[in-house]
Amino acid sequence: MRRCHGLAEKIKVAVAGNPNVGKTTIFNALTGARQKVGNWPGVTVEKKVGTKKHKGHVLEIVDLPGTYSLTAYSADEVVARDYILDENPDVVMQVLDSTNLERNLYLTSQLLEMGTNLILALNMSDRAEMRGDDIAIQRLESLLGVSAIKTVANEGTGIEALLDSIVNKTENKPPKPHEIGYGKGVEEKICALEEILGYDQELSKHYPLRWLSVKLLEGDENALSKLSSSNIKGKVHDYLSDFDNEEYEVEMADKRYEFIGTLLPQVCTTCAEDVSPSDMVDKVVTNKYLGIPIFLTLMWGMFELTFAFATPFMELIDMFFGWLAGAVTSNIETAWLASLLGDGIIAGVGAVLLFVPNIFILFFAIALLESSGYMARAAFIMDKLMYTMGLQGKSFIPMLMGFGCSVPAIMATRTLEDEKDRLITMLVTPFMSCGARLPVYILLAGTFFGRQAGSVIFGLYVLGILVAIVSAKLFRTFLARGQPSPFIMELPPYTKPLLKDSLRHMWNEGYLYLRKVGTVIIGGVVLIWLLAYFPQGAEYGSAGSLIGSLGKLLEPLVAPLGFDWKIAVALVFGFVAKEIVVGSLGTLYGTGGGEALSSALMADPGFTPAIALGLMVFTLLYVPCIGAVAVIKKETGSWKWMFFQAAYSTAVAWILALVTVLVGKMIL
Amino acid sequence: MTSRMPLTMFPSGQTCRICDVCAGKGLKRRLVEMGLTPASIIQPLGCNRGSFLVSINGTRYALGKGMASKIMVQPVYEEVSRFG
Repeated sequence: MRRCHGLAEKIKVAVAGNPNVGKTTIFNALTGARQKVGNWPGVTVEKKVGTKKHKGHVLEIVDLPGTYSLTAYSADEVVARDYILDENPDVVMQVLDSTNLERNLYLTSQLLEMGTNLILALNMSDRAEMRGDDIAIQRLESLLGVSAIKTVANEGTGIEALLDSIVNKTENKPPKPHEIGYGKGVEEKICALEEILGYDQELSKHYPLRWLSVKLLEGDENALSKLSSSNIKGKVHDYLSDFDNEEYEVEMADKRYEFIGTLLPQVCTTCAEDVSPSDMVDKVVTNKYLGIPIFLTLMWGMFELTFAFATPFMELIDMFFGWLAGAVTSNIETAWLASLLGDGIIAGVGAVLLFVPNIFILFFAIALLESSGYMARAAFIMDKLMYTMGLQGKSFIPMLMGFGCSVPAIMATRTLEDEKDRLITMLVTPFMSCGARLPVYILLAGTFFGRQAGSVIFGLYVLGILVAIVSAKLFRTFLARGQPSPFIMELPPYTKPLLKDSLRHMWNEGYLYLRKVGTVIIGGVVLIWLLAYFPQGAEYGSAGSLIGSLGKLLEPLVAPLGFDWKIAVALVFGFVAKEIVVGSLGTLYGTGGGEALSSALMADPGFTPAIALGLMVFTLLYVPCIGAVAVIKKETGSWKWMFFQAAYSTAVAWILALVTVLVGKMIL
Repeated sequence: MTSRMPLTMFPSGQTCRICDVCAGKGLKRRLVEMGLTPASIIQPLGCNRGSFLVSINGTRYALGKGMASKIMVQPVYEEVSRFG
């Protein structure tokens, strides 16, 4: 373990812990506003890194993905473990849920075995106290030889003490690895392995040998791979081949729990049996008959509210941009510049900014549901349905996140242990209607379906889910055969949704949207403007302009659906970002966004409600935006799957839009 | 040991004890790490279209049917009467 000399050297702190214990809340409280999200070279999973100055030291704090143990199953667990093992952080801070010490201490026992410089943050200590648990913290510290601090992360309790403790830890001498006795038989094997491993100098330098021996006995593949280039590899294999490590594995896990079992009564006395209100809520929410209707009602309510609350704000934004575009065009004399600013940038960006209130409200509602603990129940409720379609309940979480944005949702598939589950989930997640498609729906549904707009939009979301599920079934049958991996998930207790966190989440997501407006979308609308303005002499955005020629070229592709060249152009640019579909329609109709565009669409005889519905369906399903396509390439590591997803989704979009238009023509 | 049965067949609302997990190595370990250790007391809270909700020490887990059918349990009162 490295010691910290002077001010310049950073103290590396890893924040580890089980899922749902409040790691990220602690991380945010520790680092304040300085956190950034970074992709690390060589690993595929995200860790959050933040820095904090405390008492003259610079702390580099890394928030690791949640993990139950240091035996890695899924992509994000591998990251947590490799970071601790290979990056050798100066301090490992384990965040524990004080109300569930037994399970959380399992990870603690492994961290101790590894010889990490450990600090325990006993989080949610208020809840434990309310329940009647009394945790003797000093006793815990002396029994384990670590520092422990009670925290209530969302109130900021204990954060200063944690920071002090980190600094103290690095200034004092490093700990010696803690040993759990595994009983005579196993201990003999561990000793023998340690001796063999000791012949490899390099190995002894990098890893605690006892820990490595324990892992080898457990048959841990990752540990075996550490030996791949070692000259003692053969000896270890010979030694291990003599017995059945499955037996040892279970035995050792038992011993760890035994160790915890003797530890717990000494440090924690529980007075009350936990009769939690969660049980009662769960009885209703996860009920066999009520579960799905409640889920659908919540979702439908969310979109209705989004629509209702946002409308007045949208009207204000629309009025402002209408006024601004008018003021600019009438005050600038250079015709092309006036057109670029007025028809291009202001109209295009305005058409997209119009939806900021919707995006913010939708993200706020999703964050409320997430932080209340409901979303995990949704996975449980959907498990059966997911299973029949060849996936497991856990796949539903990335898919739900897809309602926000496909990019983080595709990355969230890393929590799935099984590679096939993961691939299928990644391929179908873009069918979940992301926030960027919402502007298109709001414009078209609002224009053509008036008071039913909320229901139409809700229907599109449901259609997205259905297409995702049917596609998953197809992929499972034809591409990635096999059973979905068994579903097991811990459900967090219900909590009062944290307003502050939800607002922060809303702002973070909303900010991404705003930033996209500032970069990708301005670029897109300027390009569209250029194509619409030239060649000189042609009327702006008319069939004679460059964009018109492009549209005419593409028109045959979408003509069977009843789409004209304007829609063809809008869809092509929608590949950059789906919001641009709205912006480019604004340009092509020469109106900008908002009311004026609505009226122009209504007035266009080629744009019927059936066409509008077909266009919405097409926008929902066709190739996701360039960002999502890129992340599919990155996460699957394969061009093949990327192109497959793009081609498949576009084909599905084409067929279903055709059906929609044909049926729509008959009934609308 | 006549009353051993898969969790899927155990009536909800009663308390039982995990006696064995008939699963492969990886899965077995996974369960242990998540806190579903042999001999732990488990309360089935209900079943939703084939998925099971159980509580161990106040922590709730969702289990798919496949998983639940591999967990062998026995009712707790049986044991009391056997030993008591």
